[in-house]
Amino acid sequence: MSDNIYKPYLMEIDNVIEETPDVRTFRLKFKNAEDAEKFTFKAGQFGEYSVFGEGESTFCVASSPTRKGYIECTFRKAGRVTNALANLEAGDTVGFRGPYGNTFPIEEWEGKNLLYIAGGIALPPMRCVIWNTIDLREKYKDITIVYGARTVSDLVYKHELKEWEERPDIRLVTTVDPGGQTPDWKGEIGFVPMVLEKLAPSSENTIAILCGPPVMIKFTMPVLKKLGFQDKDIYTTLENRMKCGFGKCGRCNVGKVFVCKDGPVFSYEQILSLPEEY
Amino acid sequence: MNNLVARAKELLNSNSVQVVIGYETGPTGVARPAFITNSEKADRLIYDERCVQNLAVYLTKHEVRKLGKAAIVATLPVMRSIMMLISEQQIIGENLVVLGISSEGNLLDIADIRVMQGIIEKSDLSNPPEYRELLAALNKMSPEEKFAYWQKELSKCIKCYACRQACPMCYCTRCTVEVNQPQWIPVQANTHGNMEWHILRAMHLAGRCISCGECGRSCPVGIPCHLLTMHLTDKVFNYFKVYAGTSDKMSSVMSTYEPNDKESFII
Amino acid sequence: METTRKLIRKQSLEKLYKLLSETRKIYAPVIAADKQVEYKYNPAFSDITFDHIRSTLSAKNVVFPKVENLFTFTNSKTESTINDIDLNKIPEVILWGAHPCDNAAFDILRSIFCWDITDEFFSKRLEKLVVIGLSCHQSDDYCFCTSVGLAPESSKGSDILLSRLQNGDYHAQILTEKGNSILNMAGELFEPVSAEKELITEVKGKFSHEQVTEKLKTAFENPFWVENSLRCIGCGACAYVCPTCACFDIQDETKGKNGKRYRSWDSCGFGLFTLHTSGHNPREVQSQRWRQRIMHKFSYMPERNESLGCVGCGRCSSGCPVDMNIAEQLEALQKI
Repeated sequence: MSDNIYKPYLMEIDNVIEETPDVRTFRLKFKNAEDAEKFTFKAGQFGEYSVFGEGESTFCVASSPTRKGYIECTFRKAGRVTNALANLEAGDTVGFRGPYGNTFPIEEWEGKNLLYIAGGIALPPMRCVIWNTIDLREKYKDITIVYGARTVSDLVYKHELKEWEERPDIRLVTTVDPGGQTPDWKGEIGFVPMVLEKLAPSSENTIAILCGPPVMIKFTMPVLKKLGFQDKDIYTTLENRMKCGFGKCGRCNVGKVFVCKDGPVFSYEQILSLPEEY
Repeated sequence: MNNLVARAKELLNSNSVQVVIGYETGPTGVARPAFITNSEKADRLIYDERCVQNLAVYLTKHEVRKLGKAAIVATLPVMRSIMMLISEQQIIGENLVVLGISSEGNLLDIADIRVMQGIIEKSDLSNPPEYRELLAALNKMSPEEKFAYWQKELSKCIKCYACRQACPMCYCTRCTVEVNQPQWIPVQANTHGNMEWHILRAMHLAGRCISCGECGRSCPVGIPCHLLTMHLTDKVFNYFKVYAGTSDKMSSVMSTYEPNDKESFII
Repeated sequence: METTRKLIRKQSLEKLYKLLSETRKIYAPVIAADKQVEYKYNPAFSDITFDHIRSTLSAKNVVFPKVENLFTFTNSKTESTINDIDLNKIPEVILWGAHPCDNAAFDILRSIFCWDITDEFFSKRLEKLVVIGLSCHQSDDYCFCTSVGLAPESSKGSDILLSRLQNGDYHAQILTEKGNSILNMAGELFEPVSAEKELITEVKGKFSHEQVTEKLKTAFENPFWVENSLRCIGCGACAYVCPTCACFDIQDETKGKNGKRYRSWDSCGFGLFTLHTSGHNPREVQSQRWRQRIMHKFSYMPERNESLGCVGCGRCSSGCPVDMNIAEQLEALQKI
């Protein structure tokens, strides 16, 4: 890359998956082979994705660093850029800057049980670390994934949920909000905090990774505390509005912390030390 | 202004209002808005010729509203803004005590909206004399001269939106310039985009501007942007024979059709 | 570099200006038709003011322009081409006659743009900048440089600092290699220093910034913020006139197939600044935004960037339509 830290890589959309009516997953490949060769990232990092003429939008790299040669991102159509992205198809060009931010400390988690809890569109920022730890399966003990969405059609990565469900070395619990089920729905019915309480996973030697809408986090935290999880053993990602991605533009700051540099991954212990501006 | 202070104390002590919005003197000697919530602090209130800011802008601000029922020190432009805000259903007249100030600077006894309406109706509602000379000079310019004048002035704009934020009538929680689907107005401050912004602002205020001049006064780089809205105030009066802020039941001239409206602009 | 002290006669200044303008762009303060003091590129020497207290906008535009293209691009259905900006084409500029507060701001901006990874747009502009500063012989109630560790004659950020003498001539401190190169280039215009007294204004101290920083550590939840920001109308004037405010937005604009991505000044005072697409806003009301402004400059920056985010120029206060006087508020904060 040149000295221009704002200049994105040119990426070709290799594949588009329509996850839900308003959520898409793109598989992106570097147009320049040299860029592809040099590019590395770690689980938890994010990037700035752009449609030239519309602008940039921030989301996590949703694929695992163990899967080489491409990156994936999943986004919901919400604003100007994501709507423009959703109108693109395989073969089209987008921009990507990254990777930015810190990472999930997966080396520190080795030898522990992992409990992933996600709600709705918050599975994508966790998918990277989930696959990363699954691809290094022997390093971790039990892996449990609790994933909830409002309705069955709002569940993303349906093909992968099936794969995870079928694997004997992963415990997957899916749930939808009451009324969101279909006649053939075999998962749980209920909100994530309640399903988690019923499931009652042990906090012994376990790391909990939690991503979801603020209301889900609010009601899930007391459940985790009740199960005996320590603040330092609970991880989440903060998603403040960003522009530059590297601590210059002044937008994502929470107190003295730059979400783009010191985050997006934070332990709950760190979150408690921050002013409530996220 | 002793009777203003006394009245403020009385209102706060009797808990008739929870905040008095008025003016105080800042450390460098300029008059500025004050929010008095305690009668012990009411002595800070002043009223003199330095008190020109249109305080009505605070009636729709979330954190001021949270303080409770308000009394507001109101010169003619503030009274007219209040009328506009009531007629556009942004505030409820009964929830407000108006501490009217006459053109001579005396405290007026305003029992209700009708009294205020009476005062407004008796006042000169055309653009204030201090702006008329400039407005006339602009009117005399050819379209090319006018364009050059505004191009020069608006090239200075830094898009800080002080003009919008200071205006009691710009109460939208999401302004058109903050909408990006589509992006009506460029985000950057360039001459072309600045002109688009100021024309849009003026058009949104046509028939609603009460000629307080606050937009121009607040501009940190000294753009006389109040002349744009004041010019439209003259135009609206010429076409429709109305001034904004004269009644609490005014319909917006620019969005209401009356059978006797002039149609001379239709070719 | 050891400071060299010289004298430059009033009439030699114009010669120096002419000499420098032969090879470089000069950015200097002039009094505009509407009496506002503004910086302009290559003004006539006679238009330059040596007597202003503060320009309306600071000089930061010279290193952090209000709008700057990051690159341009060309779009077709499936192809996009990026045309990079040639940063080597950034011209050499002389900032002429800027006051010590404005010049001290460059180091603060550097602490934002160049911590961790370097923003080349900023750093190249700063590299190509030579600052001929001018000590203040006048000040007003809005000035508070002495409360933030500076002074009307601070040399920080200047390559050459001029100070007016009673007889109208100037003392020149040559402070850096860049300054020295000007001395070498125009040696005949510089004379030995005189015994004349330098005219330096007095700026009274208003607060201790160390104490303010200390107080802010526990002031986040204080009712102070709501009480003292009720009159703030939420415009961006304070940030835009500020010499150290560096927050920016990034946007795209296109015309047909061609477009550009640019950055432009932004302000934490705007509600939109932190608004998430979901509608959630971490700083929902104005008091939170005002708190962010003060906290960022006087608490977060000292901790993260090892610099105070303020030079005491007073522009945010003099330019504020509703007299949000920052020095007054910091004085009050020191006492809470």
